[in-house]
Amino acid sequence: MTHLTIKTNAEDFHIAKLTALAIGLHMIEAVIPSPLPGVKPGIANIVTLFVLYQYGFATAAWVSLLRVFASSLLLGQFLSPTFLLSLSGALLSLGALCVAQYLPKKYFSAISLSILAAFAHIAGQLIIVRLWLIPHTGIVYLIPIFALAALVFGLINGLIAIKLLKNN
Amino acid sequence: MARKLNHKPLLGDWLVIIASVVAIIFMFLQFWSFEQASKLKIRQGNQIISTYDLNQTRDLRIHGAVGDSLISISQGKVRFKQSPCNNQYCVHQGWLNRAGQVAICIPNQISLQLIGAKSSYDSLNY
Repeated sequence: MTHLTIKTNAEDFHIAKLTALAIGLHMIEAVIPSPLPGVKPGIANIVTLFVLYQYGFATAAWVSLLRVFASSLLLGQFLSPTFLLSLSGALLSLGALCVAQYLPKKYFSAISLSILAAFAHIAGQLIIVRLWLIPHTGIVYLIPIFALAALVFGLINGLIAIKLLKNN
Repeated sequence: MARKLNHKPLLGDWLVIIASVVAIIFMFLQFWSFEQASKLKIRQGNQIISTYDLNQTRDLRIHGAVGDSLISISQGKVRFKQSPCNNQYCVHQGWLNRAGQVAICIPNQISLQLIGAKSSYDSLNY
C-alpha cells in the first residue's frame, strides 16, 4: 500500500486560513436574497483585497480561486453555470488587480483597486452570460445596472478593506 | 508589503469614482434610451401579414390558428385587446409603445413587433 504524503508548509496553512474566511463570507452571501439575480455585494472580495495588500498578489490569487472552487463544492454548484460565472468573475477581477496593484500607491488606495476589480468581475460574468447562458444582445439593458452595483459595492468593499488593513 | 494607508479616498480614487460615474451615466443613456416606436409589424405563423403606422386609432381583427385576435392601435401604442387563447398572456402584456418591443400569442401564432426609425434589438430575428 502506498501512502500519499502531502507536505504542507506554514504558507499553505496561512492560505487555507484566509480562504476559509473568504468561504465563510461567500456562504453568508449565498443565503442573502438579491433583488436582481446577479447583483451581489461580493463581500468575499474584501478578503482578496486584504490579502493582496498584506501578502501580495500570488497569495490573493490562491485565496480567491480556492474560495471559488471550495464554495461551489459546498453549495453543490461545482461546474454549474453559477460556478462558471463565479470563476470567470474571479479570474477577470484578479487580472484587473494584477495590473492595478502597480498603480502609484500615493494616489490610488484599496478603494480604486476594489472598484476596478468589481468592474472586471461583472465584465467576466457578462461575457459568460452573453456567450453561453443568454446569447442575446438584449442583455445590454442589464449592463448599466450591473455597472452601478459594481461601483457601489466596490466602493463599500474597498472602504471595509482599508479599515481592516488599518486595524491590522 | 508595507503601504501607507489612508481612510479617505485619495486623489486617484476620486478619479476612478468620477470616471466610473461618468461611464455608468453614459451606459444608462446609451442602453436605456428607448425609442418611441412608429410602426407595427404583425406576423401570423412565419408570414408578415402587414405593417401599420402607429399614429392612428383603429382596431384590427387578425385571423390566427385558433381564432380571431383583436388588436388595437391607439396613437403610438398597440395591444392585444382580445384573444381566443386560453392563457391570455398576450392580452396581459398590455400596451406596447417602444421600438423593439414584442408581444406574441403562441396559441394563435400571431406576433406584434414594434419598429422605430432605426431597427432595434429583437429576439424574433436573432
